Amino acid sequence: MNDKKKKIIIIGNGIAGITCARNIRKKDENSEILVISGETEFFFSRTALMYIYMGHMQFEHTKPYEDWFWEKNNIQLLQAWVELVDFNNKTLLLDSGKKVGYDVLVLATGSVPNKFDWPGQSLNGVQGLYSKQDLDIMEENTVGISHAVIVGGGLIGIEMAEMLASRDISVTFLVREKNFWDNVLPVEEAQLVNKHILEHHIDLRLETELKEIYGDDSGKVDSVLTNKGEKIECQFVGLAVGVSPNVKFLKNSDLEIGRGILVDGFFRTNIQDVYAIGDCAEFREKPGDDRKNIEQVWYTGRMHGETLAHNLTSDNAVPYRPGIWFNSAKFFDIEYQTYGLVPNERKEGIDSFYWESESGKNCLRLVFEKESEKILGVNSFGWRLRHEFFDQAIQEGWSLEKVLQNLHKADFNAEFFDKFYKKVLEKYASVSGKKIEIPKRSFFHRLIGSRA
Amino acid sequence: MKKIQVIGLVLFIFGLIGFSLIPFIGTYQLEREMVEDKVKEEHQDDMLRILRPMYGETYSSNFSFVSDFNHYFDAFNDELKSNEDWDQVIWDDYAFDLTKAASQGAVSDNPYLFLGISIGLGVMGGLLYILPLYRNEPEGIKNDGIYFSSMKSRGLLGIITGTWLIVFYVILYWFPEYLTNLVLMVDPLSIFLSGNPASQWFLYGLIYTLAILVMGIRMFRKYRGNTYQTIRTASVMFFQLAFAFLIPEILVLLNKPWHDFKNIWPLDYSFFYDYRMEGMLSSGALGMFMLVWGIILIIVCVPLFTYFYGKRWYCSWVCGCGGLAETLGDPYRQLSDKSLKAWSVERYMVHGVLVFAVAMTLVTIVNYFMEFGLLGQATDQLHSVYGFAIGSAFAGVIGTGFYPFMGNRVWCRFGCPLAAYLGIVQRFKSRFRITTNGGQCISCGNCSTYCEMGIDVRWYAQRGQNIVRASCVGCGVCSAVCPRGVLKLENGSEEGRINENPIIIGNKSITVKS
Repeated sequence: MNDKKKKIIIIGNGIAGITCARNIRKKDENSEILVISGETEFFFSRTALMYIYMGHMQFEHTKPYEDWFWEKNNIQLLQAWVELVDFNNKTLLLDSGKKVGYDVLVLATGSVPNKFDWPGQSLNGVQGLYSKQDLDIMEENTVGISHAVIVGGGLIGIEMAEMLASRDISVTFLVREKNFWDNVLPVEEAQLVNKHILEHHIDLRLETELKEIYGDDSGKVDSVLTNKGEKIECQFVGLAVGVSPNVKFLKNSDLEIGRGILVDGFFRTNIQDVYAIGDCAEFREKPGDDRKNIEQVWYTGRMHGETLAHNLTSDNAVPYRPGIWFNSAKFFDIEYQTYGLVPNERKEGIDSFYWESESGKNCLRLVFEKESEKILGVNSFGWRLRHEFFDQAIQEGWSLEKVLQNLHKADFNAEFFDKFYKKVLEKYASVSGKKIEIPKRSFFHRLIGSRA
Repeated sequence: MKKIQVIGLVLFIFGLIGFSLIPFIGTYQLEREMVEDKVKEEHQDDMLRILRPMYGETYSSNFSFVSDFNHYFDAFNDELKSNEDWDQVIWDDYAFDLTKAASQGAVSDNPYLFLGISIGLGVMGGLLYILPLYRNEPEGIKNDGIYFSSMKSRGLLGIITGTWLIVFYVILYWFPEYLTNLVLMVDPLSIFLSGNPASQWFLYGLIYTLAILVMGIRMFRKYRGNTYQTIRTASVMFFQLAFAFLIPEILVLLNKPWHDFKNIWPLDYSFFYDYRMEGMLSSGALGMFMLVWGIILIIVCVPLFTYFYGKRWYCSWVCGCGGLAETLGDPYRQLSDKSLKAWSVERYMVHGVLVFAVAMTLVTIVNYFMEFGLLGQATDQLHSVYGFAIGSAFAGVIGTGFYPFMGNRVWCRFGCPLAAYLGIVQRFKSRFRITTNGGQCISCGNCSTYCEMGIDVRWYAQRGQNIVRASCVGCGVCSAVCPRGVLKLENGSEEGRINENPIIIGNKSITVKS
């Protein structure tokens, strides 16, 4: 299969598309690979856009590979927007008017920020944040302003709040839910983040929704109205109420589209030789019990890319089968990691053990099956955990006690940091009455700083 | 910025201006007695004669004084050289000592006052600026606005700072006679510590140490909450103050050779030079200890400690060059070049310097035992080439002067032969590595950006591979700035330390080797 020279076109140079391109090239030296993106010439890390705005990095630094990498690996790049796909003739129409033909098409077009038809949402100074272009506009929109309103208590909302705060722009943060991101986080974790948001002088408004956005005569936003009837003056509105698959340019074609581009477990669309991966793909059937039909995180984009690349270069195509769920984020200064299943609300047959540090900036939640005490998942805040450890523990269904017994091995915090696992075991002893001892390290092992 | 910080900044700038202007004030007058006092016995007759026209004459600036001195001195030497009377040429440099002796006026009369309005103001202003930093802010990474800062992203302020440092180093190494006023003002302190008047090296040692201490306090503020950074910074502050500054001066007070017990050959490239060897061998038990300890450091401590902890035990915990880089240089760490090309240049250069240092030392030692019968001239030539090109130009002028242009570890990365030696051990036989946490990397680039050694940390992290690199000094900042908890510096079993074909955790469909 590898000796046949095909022309593979990938639309989208995000993590899914680029991972796919790189992995195809590793196994297939002959096929022509062309990655088309209108957003940027080179692959960059979307998750790092916030750091450019905050002055931690420049755009250059967000490119994971040096510019010569693509030519060296014979991956062609083209900066252009695709206007139309002619699936019958296997050609793309670019914004330049040029047409390009393909043998295999991979759609990895990502997402666009949601907008819920609020009055005034198209005023100047109102925007979402997803693309490099969004960042550039945000840069323009926030020059010299003093107050901003962010709508949406999720990951992008808190990022935008942090970005603006770094430039001394005060922020009112409207969150529809009772607590920050509590449609994902259990209440204790959500409240921990609430407190940290306030600590950063963000005006957090829980259970508050956007009703309307008002502008001045020049068409620039000057205030918003909340569902509580309050009018808040502001010169910028960040809309961060989720994202949806970027499929607009594919509508009205033969391609089957639901919310995203519908694919099977092999990322195949309803059209021969056309595949979809990453944020824009919608699985007809969930890839796992605790998985969603649309997966919109960095890591799943990468895994989609890897898996499709394998299928395109191998005679033994495999269905996408993700392992134990994992994710991470950072809320201002507090890092968050999660592995496995951690429901945000109490569920039948599932229990959890929760520990929080005195400072209220670190916590750990171990979720387990009530009956068997088999570990199902973990949340941690302000405490780095070893991915490998929990991947294995959850996969093998370790008991809660076994996890606790080995918790020191899961600690991924830097050297000399507080040993939180000791506090966790103390709390566990006081709650359950069971005392768990960690084997003491010898003086020599402590001296050479060796882990267990 | 708080008011008190503005005051601090203003005081610091006044101190810096004071420091920069003090060399140019006062008058200079040479007397016969000064020449008798400062010049060696064998040169006295000649020097007294050559400099006769200068006696009693008042010079209004050090420029005119040094110019006249050089005029008479060079005329004498040039004539001998043209007659090829090489034996009679005076190779000793008396310009600094005589200019210092001839200096008159305000500075020598009020050394404390001038110390106060230059270095004193600088330290005080620095502290007033630094201490309130990040007050009332939660603990966390404080990198906001670095790339908007002219000082920290090669803007005008950065260029001015770098230029000032380069000029200072050039004068310090090759034209110290212009710094005599600055040296005079630290004379009392030097006499207090070692019983001897100050040289330009005492002045340099003092400001170097103060820079590490004051900017070390800045590190405590900036990395508050990060225990690793706090302890590491305290360690370099301690080793600089005690081992590089105070103990050597106290040794001199006790009539022992000036010796820095934590400096290791080949960074301490003159360790095996004959004058150092004689100094140690003629200083009794303590001198013998210096020699034996120095050799133990080279052949036992470097391999052993590097095996257990990686080269960080020295480079970012003990070393003076590292100490300055990690404190004064911290604001510039993001300016190092991360390209593959820079890595390639780095390997040629740093190992090239190591080869040079080893070869030079071998020649020196052979020569020492052959009593200079065979290679006397060659040794001197090698010493002066190394001292000029590596010891002064590379380590000093480029090493520190280029902080605002190429980051804070230019010397450590491209030039330090000890770093090369430690690096070879770290790469091939060590328990140290930076562990990558499974599949959690999002390729954001903070780790690579803030790596002072120019390691493209992300390259490894995003493919789930541990970072094992000869150059890593273990500063721990990649781990500190990672937003997803992906990196951890640790010492562990050698098994699985280098994972060439890692598999990123999380995808059960296939096993992709990165």
